[in-house]
Amino acid sequence: MKCLVVDDSRVVRKVARRIVEDLGFACDEAEDGQKAYEACLQAMPDAILLDWNMPVMSGIDFLEKLRALPGGQTPKVVFCTTENDMAHIQRAMTAGANEYIMKPFDSDIIKSKFSQIGLIEG
Amino acid sequence: MHISNFDLYRDLLKEKSGLTLTPDKAYLIESRLMPIAKKWGYTSLDNMCMALRGVPDPNLIKDIVEAMTTNETSFFRDTKPFDLFRDHILPAMMKDRASARKIRIWCAAASSGQEPYSLAMLLKEKGAALANWQIDILGTDISTDILETAKRGEYSQFEVQRGLPITMLMKYFEQKGERWIIKDDIKKMVKYQYFNLLDNMAALGRFDIVFCRNVLIYFDKETKGEILGRIAKQMAPDGMLLLGGAETVMGITETFKAVPDKRGLYMRADSPALASTSAATAVK
Repeated sequence: MKCLVVDDSRVVRKVARRIVEDLGFACDEAEDGQKAYEACLQAMPDAILLDWNMPVMSGIDFLEKLRALPGGQTPKVVFCTTENDMAHIQRAMTAGANEYIMKPFDSDIIKSKFSQIGLIEG
Repeated sequence: MHISNFDLYRDLLKEKSGLTLTPDKAYLIESRLMPIAKKWGYTSLDNMCMALRGVPDPNLIKDIVEAMTTNETSFFRDTKPFDLFRDHILPAMMKDRASARKIRIWCAAASSGQEPYSLAMLLKEKGAALANWQIDILGTDISTDILETAKRGEYSQFEVQRGLPITMLMKYFEQKGERWIIKDDIKKMVKYQYFNLLDNMAALGRFDIVFCRNVLIYFDKETKGEILGRIAKQMAPDGMLLLGGAETVMGITETFKAVPDKRGLYMRADSPALASTSAATAVK
Protein backbone atom coordinates (compact mmCIF):
# COMPACT_ATOMS: atom_id res chain seq x y z
CA MET A 1 0.00 0.00 0.00
CA LYS A 2 1.31 3.42 -0.95
CA CYS A 3 0.52 6.74 0.71
CA LEU A 4 1.31 10.13 -0.81
CA VAL A 5 1.82 12.88 1.76
CA VAL A 6 1.17 16.32 0.28
CA ASP A 7 2.18 19.31 2.40
CA ASP A 8 4.37 22.35 1.84
CA SER A 9 5.90 21.99 5.28
CA ARG A 10 8.85 19.62 5.40
CA VAL A 11 8.32 19.15 9.13
CA VAL A 12 4.68 18.12 8.70
CA ARG A 13 5.65 15.73 5.88
CA LYS A 14 8.28 14.15 8.10
CA VAL A 15 5.85 13.66 11.01
CA ALA A 16 3.13 12.32 8.71
CA ARG A 17 5.58 10.00 6.96
CA ARG A 18 6.56 8.41 10.25
CA ILE A 19 2.94 7.87 11.21
CA VAL A 20 1.82 6.34 7.89
CA GLU A 21 4.95 4.18 7.69
CA ASP A 22 4.13 2.87 11.15
CA LEU A 23 0.71 1.97 9.78
CA GLY A 24 2.40 -0.13 7.11
CA PHE A 25 2.38 2.21 4.11
CA ALA A 26 5.19 2.96 1.73
CA CYS A 27 5.36 6.76 1.65
CA ASP A 28 5.99 9.32 -1.08
CA GLU A 29 6.03 13.07 -0.53
CA ALA A 30 4.94 16.06 -2.59
CA GLU A 31 5.34 19.71 -1.61
CA ASP A 32 2.36 21.12 -3.52
CA GLY A 33 -0.72 20.09 -5.50
CA GLN A 34 1.07 20.27 -8.86
CA LYS A 35 3.83 17.88 -7.72
CA ALA A 36 1.17 15.59 -6.24
CA TYR A 37 -0.74 15.65 -9.53
CA GLU A 38 2.39 14.70 -11.46
CA ALA A 39 3.06 11.86 -9.01
CA CYS A 40 -0.49 10.56 -9.51
CA LEU A 41 -0.07 10.66 -13.30
CA GLN A 42 2.93 8.35 -12.86
CA ALA A 43 1.19 5.95 -10.46
CA MET A 44 -1.99 6.23 -8.38
CA PRO A 45 -1.29 5.82 -4.66
CA ASP A 46 -3.76 4.00 -2.37
CA ALA A 47 -4.00 6.89 0.06
CA ILE A 48 -3.34 10.62 -0.07
CA LEU A 49 -2.88 12.81 2.99
CA LEU A 50 -3.58 16.28 1.67
CA ASP A 51 -2.88 19.78 2.97
CA TRP A 52 -5.19 22.58 1.79
CA ASN A 53 -3.08 25.74 1.53
CA MET A 54 0.02 25.26 -0.58
CA PRO A 55 1.87 27.33 -3.19
CA VAL A 56 1.54 26.58 -6.93
CA MET A 57 -1.58 24.38 -6.57
CA SER A 58 -3.83 24.11 -3.52
CA GLY A 59 -5.10 20.84 -2.09
CA ILE A 60 -8.67 21.42 -3.20
CA ASP A 61 -7.61 22.26 -6.79
CA PHE A 62 -5.47 19.12 -6.82
CA LEU A 63 -8.37 16.99 -5.54
CA GLU A 64 -10.74 18.24 -8.23
CA LYS A 65 -8.17 17.56 -10.96
CA LEU A 66 -7.35 14.14 -9.48
CA ARG A 67 -10.99 13.00 -9.39
CA ALA A 68 -11.39 14.00 -13.05
CA LEU A 69 -8.48 11.75 -14.11
CA PRO A 70 -8.97 8.21 -15.40
CA GLY A 71 -8.43 6.05 -12.28
CA GLY A 72 -8.53 9.20 -10.18
CA GLN A 73 -11.40 7.84 -8.06
CA THR A 74 -9.18 5.08 -6.68
CA PRO A 75 -7.04 6.84 -4.06
CA LYS A 76 -8.64 7.47 -0.67
CA VAL A 77 -8.05 11.15 0.05
CA VAL A 78 -7.80 12.45 3.60
CA PHE A 79 -7.52 16.21 3.97
CA CYS A 80 -5.16 17.28 6.73
CA THR A 81 -5.34 21.04 7.19
CA THR A 82 -5.60 23.93 9.61
CA GLU A 83 -8.85 24.92 7.86
CA ASN A 84 -11.31 23.84 10.54
CA ASP A 85 -14.67 25.31 9.65
CA MET A 86 -17.76 23.54 8.36
CA ALA A 87 -17.66 25.41 5.00
CA HIS A 88 -14.20 24.04 4.16
CA ILE A 89 -15.14 20.56 5.34
CA GLN A 90 -18.26 20.57 3.20
CA ARG A 91 -16.38 21.83 0.16
CA ALA A 92 -13.71 19.13 0.57
CA MET A 93 -16.27 16.34 0.91
CA THR A 94 -18.21 17.61 -2.10
CA ALA A 95 -15.00 17.62 -4.14
CA GLY A 96 -14.56 13.94 -3.33
CA ALA A 97 -12.46 13.76 -0.15
CA ASN A 98 -13.01 10.58 1.90
CA GLU A 99 -12.10 11.97 5.31
CA TYR A 100 -10.97 15.22 6.89
CA ILE A 101 -8.44 15.92 9.62
CA MET A 102 -8.16 19.29 11.32
CA LYS A 103 -4.61 20.11 12.39
CA PRO A 104 -3.01 19.65 14.81
CA PHE A 105 -3.13 15.89 14.43
CA ASP A 106 -1.52 12.92 16.15
CA SER A 107 -1.04 9.26 15.28
CA ASP A 108 -4.35 8.29 16.96
CA ILE A 109 -6.34 10.62 14.71
CA ILE A 110 -4.67 9.45 11.49
CA LYS A 111 -5.10 5.83 12.58
CA SER A 112 -8.75 6.40 13.46
CA LYS A 113 -9.52 8.13 10.15
CA PHE A 114 -7.60 5.57 8.05
CA SER A 115 -9.47 2.72 9.70
CA GLN A 116 -12.87 4.41 9.21
CA ILE A 117 -12.37 4.51 5.45
CA GLY A 118 -11.00 0.98 5.30
CA LEU A 119 -7.36 1.80 4.57
CA ILE A 120 -6.28 -0.19 7.61
CA GLU A 121 -7.90 -2.75 9.91
CA GLY A 122 -9.71 -1.26 12.91
CA MET B 1 3.73 24.72 28.55
CA HIS B 2 7.39 24.14 29.31
CA ILE B 3 8.80 20.71 28.53
CA SER B 4 10.03 20.34 32.12
CA ASN B 5 6.46 20.90 33.29
CA PHE B 6 5.18 18.19 30.98
CA ASP B 7 7.70 15.89 32.65
CA LEU B 8 6.37 16.86 36.07
CA TYR B 9 2.79 15.95 35.16
CA ARG B 10 3.95 12.76 33.48
CA ASP B 11 5.94 11.65 36.54
CA LEU B 12 3.13 12.59 38.92
CA LEU B 13 0.64 10.47 36.97
CA LYS B 14 2.98 7.53 36.70
CA GLU B 15 3.57 7.63 40.44
CA LYS B 16 -0.06 8.10 41.52
CA SER B 17 -1.93 6.01 38.96
CA GLY B 18 0.46 3.93 36.89
CA LEU B 19 -0.81 5.72 33.79
CA THR B 20 1.81 6.34 31.13
CA LEU B 21 1.62 9.66 29.34
CA THR B 22 3.45 9.72 25.99
CA PRO B 23 4.41 13.06 24.37
CA ASP B 24 1.74 12.73 21.67
CA LYS B 25 -0.83 12.78 24.49
CA ALA B 26 0.39 16.16 25.70
CA TYR B 27 -2.84 17.73 24.47
CA LEU B 28 -4.70 15.76 27.15
CA ILE B 29 -2.86 17.70 29.82
CA GLU B 30 -4.04 20.96 28.32
CA SER B 31 -7.67 19.98 27.82
CA ARG B 32 -8.12 18.12 31.08
CA LEU B 33 -6.04 20.15 33.51
CA MET B 34 -6.98 23.68 32.50
CA PRO B 35 -10.36 23.29 34.26
CA ILE B 36 -8.53 22.03 37.38
CA ALA B 37 -6.12 24.97 37.24
CA LYS B 38 -9.05 27.38 37.00
CA LYS B 39 -10.85 25.69 39.90
CA TRP B 40 -7.76 26.12 42.08
CA GLY B 41 -7.17 29.71 40.97
CA TYR B 42 -4.10 29.23 38.78
CA THR B 43 -3.94 31.26 35.58
CA SER B 44 -1.94 28.63 33.67
CA LEU B 45 -0.65 25.08 33.88
CA ASP B 46 2.85 26.43 34.36
CA ASN B 47 1.60 28.33 37.41
CA MET B 48 -0.04 25.23 38.79
CA CYS B 49 3.27 23.44 38.29
CA MET B 50 5.02 25.88 40.61
CA ALA B 51 2.55 24.92 43.33
CA LEU B 52 3.14 21.23 42.62
CA ARG B 53 6.88 21.68 42.96
CA GLY B 54 6.38 23.14 46.46
CA VAL B 55 4.22 21.39 49.05
CA PRO B 56 1.04 20.70 47.10
CA ASP B 57 -2.41 20.24 48.59
CA PRO B 58 -3.23 16.49 48.46
CA ASN B 59 -6.68 17.42 47.12
CA LEU B 60 -5.08 19.22 44.19
CA ILE B 61 -3.13 16.07 43.36
CA LYS B 62 -6.31 14.02 43.68
CA ASP B 63 -8.13 16.36 41.27
CA ILE B 64 -5.29 16.15 38.74
CA VAL B 65 -5.02 12.37 38.85
CA GLU B 66 -8.80 12.01 38.59
CA ALA B 67 -8.96 14.37 35.62
CA MET B 68 -6.21 12.52 33.78
CA THR B 69 -7.03 8.89 34.57
CA THR B 70 -10.75 8.46 34.49
CA ASN B 71 -13.04 9.24 31.61
CA GLU B 72 -10.67 8.03 28.93
CA THR B 73 -13.22 7.85 26.17
CA SER B 74 -13.93 8.73 22.58
CA PHE B 75 -16.76 8.59 20.10
CA PHE B 76 -17.25 4.99 18.88
CA ARG B 77 -14.47 3.88 21.19
CA ASP B 78 -13.03 0.52 20.02
CA THR B 79 -15.43 0.57 17.01
CA LYS B 80 -16.46 -3.11 17.30
CA PRO B 81 -19.06 -2.74 20.10
CA PHE B 82 -20.82 -0.10 18.01
CA ASP B 83 -20.72 -2.29 14.90
CA LEU B 84 -22.28 -5.01 17.07
CA PHE B 85 -24.91 -2.57 18.30
CA ARG B 86 -25.81 -1.47 14.76
CA ASP B 87 -25.57 -4.83 12.98
CA HIS B 88 -26.66 -7.34 15.60
CA ILE B 89 -28.15 -5.97 18.82
CA LEU B 90 -30.41 -3.35 17.29
CA PRO B 91 -31.84 -5.55 14.50
CA ALA B 92 -32.54 -8.30 17.07
CA MET B 93 -34.27 -5.85 19.42
CA MET B 94 -36.28 -4.27 16.60
CA LYS B 95 -37.55 -7.71 15.61
CA ASP B 96 -38.35 -8.91 19.13
CA ARG B 97 -39.97 -5.67 20.23
CA ALA B 98 -41.83 -4.92 17.02
CA SER B 99 -45.16 -4.66 18.85
CA ALA B 100 -44.13 -2.78 22.01
CA ARG B 101 -41.75 -0.52 20.04
CA LYS B 102 -39.79 0.36 23.13
CA ILE B 103 -36.10 -0.04 23.92
CA ARG B 104 -34.27 1.14 27.03
CA ILE B 105 -30.50 1.52 26.97
CA TRP B 106 -28.20 2.14 29.91
CA CYS B 107 -24.65 3.46 29.61
CA ALA B 108 -23.34 2.63 33.06
CA ALA B 109 -20.15 4.69 32.76
CA ALA B 110 -21.30 7.49 30.50
CA SER B 111 -18.32 9.73 31.26
CA SER B 112 -18.37 12.86 29.09
CA GLY B 113 -21.15 11.50 26.89
CA GLN B 114 -19.31 10.11 23.86
CA GLU B 115 -20.68 6.59 24.30
CA PRO B 116 -24.38 7.45 24.72
CA TYR B 117 -24.18 10.06 21.96
CA SER B 118 -22.50 7.53 19.64
CA LEU B 119 -25.45 5.18 20.25
CA ALA B 120 -27.91 8.03 19.70
CA MET B 121 -26.28 8.85 16.35
CA LEU B 122 -26.49 5.20 15.25
CA LEU B 123 -30.17 5.16 16.21
CA LYS B 124 -30.72 8.35 14.24
CA GLU B 125 -29.07 6.75 11.21
CA LYS B 126 -31.85 4.13 11.24
CA GLY B 127 -34.18 6.94 10.25
CA ALA B 128 -37.76 6.01 9.46
CA ALA B 129 -37.31 2.39 10.65
CA LEU B 130 -37.36 3.68 14.24
CA ALA B 131 -39.71 6.61 13.70
CA ASN B 132 -42.52 5.42 15.97
CA TRP B 133 -40.31 3.82 18.58
CA GLN B 134 -39.69 5.04 22.08
CA ILE B 135 -36.00 4.67 22.75
CA ASP B 136 -34.54 5.85 26.05
CA ILE B 137 -30.84 6.17 26.65
CA LEU B 138 -29.79 6.69 30.25
CA GLY B 139 -26.20 7.74 30.90
CA THR B 140 -24.94 7.47 34.46
CA ASP B 141 -21.60 8.23 36.02
CA ILE B 142 -20.10 8.65 39.46
CA SER B 143 -18.62 12.04 38.60
CA THR B 144 -21.12 14.88 38.63
CA ASP B 145 -18.57 17.16 36.95
CA ILE B 146 -18.19 14.85 33.99
CA LEU B 147 -21.97 14.50 33.72
CA GLU B 148 -22.23 18.27 33.36
CA THR B 149 -19.78 18.01 30.46
CA ALA B 150 -21.87 15.23 28.95
CA LYS B 151 -25.04 17.32 29.24
CA ARG B 152 -23.40 20.27 27.51
CA GLY B 153 -22.38 17.96 24.67
CA GLU B 154 -19.55 20.28 23.79
CA TYR B 155 -16.28 18.86 22.54
CA SER B 156 -12.81 20.00 21.47
CA GLN B 157 -11.44 19.58 17.97
CA PHE B 158 -9.32 16.69 19.21
CA GLU B 159 -12.27 14.92 20.79
CA VAL B 160 -14.43 15.05 17.66
CA GLN B 161 -11.65 13.57 15.54
CA ARG B 162 -10.96 10.44 17.54
CA GLY B 163 -13.38 7.78 16.34
CA LEU B 164 -15.97 10.08 14.81
CA PRO B 165 -16.34 9.91 11.02
CA ILE B 166 -16.35 13.34 9.38
CA THR B 167 -19.78 12.69 7.83
CA MET B 168 -21.23 12.27 11.34
CA LEU B 169 -19.50 15.42 12.53
CA MET B 170 -21.12 17.29 9.63
CA LYS B 171 -24.56 15.83 10.29
CA TYR B 172 -24.81 15.86 14.07
CA PHE B 173 -22.63 18.73 15.32
CA GLU B 174 -22.62 22.48 15.20
CA GLN B 175 -19.44 24.51 15.35
CA LYS B 176 -19.01 27.27 17.89
CA GLY B 177 -15.54 28.81 17.60
CA GLU B 178 -13.07 26.07 18.45
CA ARG B 179 -15.77 23.88 20.01
CA TRP B 180 -18.13 21.37 18.45
CA ILE B 181 -21.57 20.99 19.99
CA ILE B 182 -23.80 18.01 19.51
CA LYS B 183 -27.13 19.02 17.97
CA ASP B 184 -30.26 19.18 20.11
CA ASP B 185 -32.07 16.31 18.40
CA ILE B 186 -29.24 13.96 19.42
CA LYS B 187 -28.77 15.59 22.81
CA LYS B 188 -32.37 15.15 23.81
CA MET B 189 -32.21 11.40 23.13
CA VAL B 190 -29.98 10.95 26.20
CA LYS B 191 -30.83 11.55 29.87
CA TYR B 192 -28.03 11.82 32.41
CA GLN B 193 -28.10 10.95 36.07
CA TYR B 194 -25.58 10.53 38.87
CA PHE B 195 -25.25 6.90 39.88
CA ASN B 196 -22.76 4.83 41.86
CA LEU B 197 -22.62 1.21 40.68
CA LEU B 198 -22.42 0.14 44.32
CA ASP B 199 -25.87 1.62 45.02
CA ASN B 200 -29.27 -0.04 44.67
CA MET B 201 -30.22 -0.23 41.00
CA ALA B 202 -33.94 -0.90 41.41
CA ALA B 203 -34.98 2.73 40.84
CA LEU B 204 -33.25 2.79 37.45
CA GLY B 205 -35.85 0.42 36.02
CA ARG B 206 -35.44 -2.35 33.49
CA PHE B 207 -33.08 -2.23 30.51
CA ASP B 208 -32.88 -4.03 27.19
CA ILE B 209 -29.29 -3.05 26.43
CA VAL B 210 -26.53 -2.21 28.91
CA PHE B 211 -23.14 -0.77 28.02
CA CYS B 212 -20.85 -1.25 31.01
CA ARG B 213 -17.44 -0.85 29.49
CA ASN B 214 -14.09 -0.28 31.15
CA VAL B 215 -15.53 0.57 34.54
CA LEU B 216 -15.52 -2.80 36.33
CA ILE B 217 -11.73 -2.78 36.07
CA TYR B 218 -11.74 -0.35 38.98
CA PHE B 219 -13.36 -2.92 41.32
CA ASP B 220 -12.05 -6.12 42.90
CA LYS B 221 -13.25 -9.50 41.70
CA GLU B 222 -15.91 -10.01 44.34
CA THR B 223 -17.42 -6.57 43.80
CA LYS B 224 -17.37 -7.07 40.01
CA GLY B 225 -19.41 -10.25 40.39
CA GLU B 226 -21.80 -8.57 42.76
CA ILE B 227 -22.36 -5.58 40.44
CA LEU B 228 -22.88 -7.85 37.41
CA GLY B 229 -25.39 -9.90 39.42
CA ARG B 230 -27.40 -6.77 40.20
CA ILE B 231 -27.16 -5.52 36.60
CA ALA B 232 -28.62 -8.86 35.45
CA LYS B 233 -31.66 -8.24 37.66
CA GLN B 234 -32.27 -4.93 35.89
CA MET B 235 -32.18 -6.52 32.46
CA ALA B 236 -34.90 -8.00 30.28
CA PRO B 237 -34.54 -11.79 29.93
CA ASP B 238 -33.29 -11.36 26.37
CA GLY B 239 -31.32 -8.19 27.21
CA MET B 240 -27.79 -7.66 25.98
CA LEU B 241 -24.75 -6.52 27.95
CA LEU B 242 -21.60 -5.02 26.44
CA LEU B 243 -18.36 -5.15 28.43
CA GLY B 244 -14.99 -3.58 27.58
CA GLY B 245 -12.54 -5.38 25.30
CA ALA B 246 -10.29 -6.49 28.16
CA GLU B 247 -13.15 -7.50 30.46
CA THR B 248 -14.82 -10.87 30.94
CA VAL B 249 -17.39 -12.60 33.14
CA MET B 250 -15.34 -15.79 33.26
CA GLY B 251 -14.52 -16.74 36.82
CA ILE B 252 -16.43 -13.68 38.05
CA THR B 253 -20.12 -14.47 37.74
CA GLU B 254 -22.44 -17.17 36.45
CA THR B 255 -25.27 -14.74 35.79
CA PHE B 256 -24.01 -13.80 32.30
CA LYS B 257 -22.77 -15.90 29.41
CA ALA B 258 -20.72 -14.73 26.44
CA VAL B 259 -22.62 -14.71 23.15
CA PRO B 260 -20.67 -16.97 20.75
CA ASP B 261 -18.72 -15.14 18.03
CA LYS B 262 -19.74 -11.71 19.36
CA ARG B 263 -16.76 -10.35 21.26
CA GLY B 264 -17.68 -8.33 24.33
CA LEU B 265 -21.38 -9.24 24.13
CA TYR B 266 -23.10 -11.07 26.96
CA MET B 267 -26.62 -12.23 27.79
CA ARG B 268 -28.22 -13.46 30.97
CA ALA B 269 -27.29 -17.10 31.48
CA ASP B 270 -31.01 -17.95 31.72
CA SER B 271 -31.86 -16.08 28.52
CA PRO B 272 -34.05 -18.04 26.11
CA ALA B 273 -32.34 -16.24 23.22
CA LEU B 274 -28.93 -17.46 24.34
CA ALA B 275 -30.21 -21.05 24.58
CA SER B 276 -31.30 -20.89 20.95
CA THR B 277 -27.97 -19.37 19.77
CA SER B 278 -26.01 -22.05 21.66
CA ALA B 279 -28.18 -24.71 20.08
CA ALA B 280 -27.61 -23.16 16.68
CA THR B 281 -23.86 -23.07 17.28
CA ALA B 282 -23.89 -26.68 18.47
CA VAL B 283 -25.78 -27.82 15.37
CA LYS B 284 -23.32 -25.97 13.14
